[in-house]
Amino acid sequence: MAVEQKGWDRNQMAARAAEELEDGMYVNLGIGIPTLVANYVGDKDITLQSENGMLGMGPFPYEGEEDADLINAGKQTITELNRTSYFDSATSFAMIRGGKIAAAILGAMEVAENGDLANWMIPKKLVKGMGGAMDLVAGVGRVVVVMDHTNKAGESKVLKACTLPLTGKGVVDRIITNLGVLDVVPGGLKIVQLADGISEDELRASTEATIVN
Amino acid sequence: MKKVYANATEALDGLLKDGMLIAAGGFGLSGIPELLIAAIRDSGVKDLTVASNNAGVDDFGLGLLLQTRQVKKMISSYVGENAEFMRQYLSGELELEFNPQGTLAERMRAGGAGIPGFYTKTGVGTVIAEGKPVMEFDGQEYILERGIVADLSIVKAWKADDTGNLIFRKTARNFNPPAAMCGKVCVAEVEEIVPRGSIDPDHIHLPGIYVHRIIQGPHEKRIEQRTTRKREEA
Repeated sequence: MAVEQKGWDRNQMAARAAEELEDGMYVNLGIGIPTLVANYVGDKDITLQSENGMLGMGPFPYEGEEDADLINAGKQTITELNRTSYFDSATSFAMIRGGKIAAAILGAMEVAENGDLANWMIPKKLVKGMGGAMDLVAGVGRVVVVMDHTNKAGESKVLKACTLPLTGKGVVDRIITNLGVLDVVPGGLKIVQLADGISEDELRASTEATIVN
Repeated sequence: MKKVYANATEALDGLLKDGMLIAAGGFGLSGIPELLIAAIRDSGVKDLTVASNNAGVDDFGLGLLLQTRQVKKMISSYVGENAEFMRQYLSGELELEFNPQGTLAERMRAGGAGIPGFYTKTGVGTVIAEGKPVMEFDGQEYILERGIVADLSIVKAWKADDTGNLIFRKTARNFNPPAAMCGKVCVAEVEEIVPRGSIDPDHIHLPGIYVHRIIQGPHEKRIEQRTTRKREEA
């Protein structure tokens, strides 16, 4: 059953996240809504990194042109561009850890007001692993989280403190949700923008984290 | 010294021991040493520790060694596509050490480069940091991670010459170079072995010094998630 969601939908959140990207940036996009961000970069010259060893990730191949040797970090078949380069996993994470990737746009299960991020495991549930998420949040220049503001039960996912095991401590710079845009600042979160049709009171009511002016 | 062997079983002859540590290349099912994995299954060697980013799927790649219970422990960053893996892990039959993906790659690279440990910011303040020494550099915390030196490396490349120089293809390169570097012995399977001199030395991705034995395919090269787009109508 589809849950009625207030504010921005998935594509609007992705479009808002695309505004974070500047011409010339090398960027890593996570799985889910972040993947959609690539559809909204417009004329900006953005190079997408796939952490399994590629800069310059292209779109999905045409049917019949899939190549087992050419996949993204989500293991989906993709294509190369005329700017593409390939490299090994150690080199890939050297550029991530070394701060050469300007930004990562990632999904999250929980974010806290101090920038803590949890997006890799729920205790006692299926543990799949962190993949490259811990390396990305620790290494890239700027971490932007895109996620629903609340869970299916209507509880805030923007918290005073994360309850789930962390992916990174104090790593998030900006949070984009269906209700708006928030920045991690000293003392809590600062409202940057409200989503279409959302009042500040509505955003505050759905946010457990401290909001500072 | 002759590096080219007739098949995977011959290439692994004398190299397998119960309880050994094997580093394997590949990401998902891309660039995995599928022939060597099948030969390791057929050998019956057991109690293996395998360092590999993923664990294959139930019936292909490292999943084959899980089905036969030949693996005691996996060192991986993501194991989501393997139901048998999850069953054995949740029932306590299989040990699992999660490593962040970049930490695993660097542990292999460092081990092969004679670096026993390195400091990284990855995992600071998370469960990954538990029990690991912390050091502060320039006001920031880092944790100590160990280099991996494997008893055996198994990797997949696109082309080799008969001296073991390797060329990889597209994103199938992934963990193969660092995995190859960290092994005391490295066996590579390739799609084509070409005569020495036929690869431009400037185009070699991994020098043959890291590669001790080589075999040639054929490979299945299975695709895990086939995603496509429609051609626009004319």
